[in-house]
Amino acid sequence: MSDILLAVRDLKVHFPVRSAGWRGAHCHLKALDGVSFDVRAGESLGVVGESGCGKSTLARALLQLIPPTAGQVLWLGEDIAGLGDRAMRPRRRGLQIVFQDPLASLDPRMTVGDIIGEPLRVFQPELKPDQIRHRVETLMGTVGLLPHMINRYPHEFSGGQCQRIGIARAIVLQPKLVVCDEPVSALDVSIQAQIINLLMALQRQMGLALIFISHDLSIVRHLSHRVMVLYLGRVMELGHRDGLYRNPLHPYTRALLSAVPIPDPDLERARQRVTLTGDLPSPLAPPTGCVFRTRCPMADRRCEEHTPLLEPAGPGRQVACHHWRRNADT
Amino acid sequence: MDELLSVADLETRFRTPEGEVAAVAGVSFAIDPGESLGVVGESGSGKSQVFLSIMGLLAKNGRCSGQVRFRGEDILGLPAARLNALRGSRMSMIFQDPMTSLNPYLTVSRQLTEVVVEHLGLSRDQARARALEALERVGLPDPAARIDLYPHAFSGGMRQRVMIAMAILCQPELLIADEPTTALDVTIQAQILDLMRVLKRESNTATVIITHDLGVVAGLCDQVMVMYAGRLVETGSVREIFYQPRHPYTRGLLRAMPRLDDIQDGLLDTIPGQPPNLQALPPGCAYQERCPQVYPRCRSERPELRILGPRRGVACHLELGP
Repeated sequence: MSDILLAVRDLKVHFPVRSAGWRGAHCHLKALDGVSFDVRAGESLGVVGESGCGKSTLARALLQLIPPTAGQVLWLGEDIAGLGDRAMRPRRRGLQIVFQDPLASLDPRMTVGDIIGEPLRVFQPELKPDQIRHRVETLMGTVGLLPHMINRYPHEFSGGQCQRIGIARAIVLQPKLVVCDEPVSALDVSIQAQIINLLMALQRQMGLALIFISHDLSIVRHLSHRVMVLYLGRVMELGHRDGLYRNPLHPYTRALLSAVPIPDPDLERARQRVTLTGDLPSPLAPPTGCVFRTRCPMADRRCEEHTPLLEPAGPGRQVACHHWRRNADT
Repeated sequence: MDELLSVADLETRFRTPEGEVAAVAGVSFAIDPGESLGVVGESGSGKSQVFLSIMGLLAKNGRCSGQVRFRGEDILGLPAARLNALRGSRMSMIFQDPMTSLNPYLTVSRQLTEVVVEHLGLSRDQARARALEALERVGLPDPAARIDLYPHAFSGGMRQRVMIAMAILCQPELLIADEPTTALDVTIQAQILDLMRVLKRESNTATVIITHDLGVVAGLCDQVMVMYAGRLVETGSVREIFYQPRHPYTRGLLRAMPRLDDIQDGLLDTIPGQPPNLQALPPGCAYQERCPQVYPRCRSERPELRILGPRRGVACHLELGP
């Protein structure tokens, strides 16, 4: 489990924008500002954070669907940051993505068989049509679709089924890593559980590594080996799931966890909460020093003046906070 | 007449090119003053349509029948002019998406004062003072500076606070919140839920929370109704629903949700299949295709909601035997 598939180093994605008003000044929106982490073969890394924290930008920047502004994306040891479509194509065999909106991410004019089989036609042109059809039908069975539906169009399927199609398309070439960008957010509770189980089963069968991006901390807890917490484009905390959920070190992680309602009336009503005040600051004008300090209950002068660096905090644990030691169990 | 709202045998149908669809069927319940009711179900279960019917806000192709009494007065199907005397003053509704439910062309002050001028006949100045007070109460930061802004200048959480302020301006007896926090981030959701808890404590407003998030219900509601395919499948107190669920669908929902405090690993318990097509419901129980324990009679005879106590009911053949 120690072979590193993907190593991301100081990844930055800045979007040029103009500030409000006529002839507004040019400035940069720092969607990702110096993110570093590794993904090992077969593991699942959960990425959590609120809207605007850079989760989806991260997914796209890893696959070079958005060119990173700076930093390295080392895929199997090779830096793919900034590679164009043509150069990326052979590398996409091993690195795939599943999007949030299951219907919008499928071409409405292609049949399910064409959608799932397209990667095979591109990457394995030697396959004959009936071999492709056979592979597609087998795979449809694996992801829980009825193989006789192979000639149907995406609109004939429900949201959960479309997500199964999207997953089948992503795994047809047997990739090593699949980035899942909010794959269950658009689905109903009962369907969410089905898709989560499917992803976990596929991971086990195929030895897939997953980057699972979600705003739902309960789902991420269930599915991840390690978890990374993002806030305004920066990593706040990174660690093994159990340690991070049991003893969150960053005040933002603490607040996030305490904000999630638990479906148990007695527990839920007895909980002590850390409620954050205010909203996420504008990413166009992030606070100086620590980006979280405007909402942080522990913030002081130091947080205003010095940006905390991501530092080791125990085995496999990293945290970017000047005060994390005060949150550690002693 | 203790009940604030009582609904009997509500049915809501929509005309569609494929024929009529019953989005809500045979729904009966009551809400007491000050009570908090959670309505749970997946998309298409009819949970929103029940309350849109009550508020007279159905889409043009919708029609409803049954009986809805508000403080003893029959209000179902009243003309808009008569309903407007109630809506916004004695009963208000908050919607999921605070952006589309505020008018982008009007300042927040204009939208807030309109309600009180209309219902309470206050002067502009009095109305403005009242609006400011409401914004303060819902915790909008710096209300005096923000009241004259347009909705686009507010974040999602602030817009939802404005919506809540608008809904409580006239101190309604019934507040219906349709997925009030679904569009918000968790930390903002926690703020809004805290606010709703405070409002509930401080006033005697009855609240209805329509949601798919059982966690929200667990923290906020006294009573719970579970809906499936347009019908009530289980009702009970919040502790009964969470600790002694009796309908297989309620049990399935509770088990299918991964929980933050969960120490179990491995696969989740799932509800197989998908919600039924309302246009082609099978005879018998609508849940039969997904239910782990089906008797032959489930396929032929639709289970009625059996009343098990004053506020307890379940629509299932399971406990009656095959």
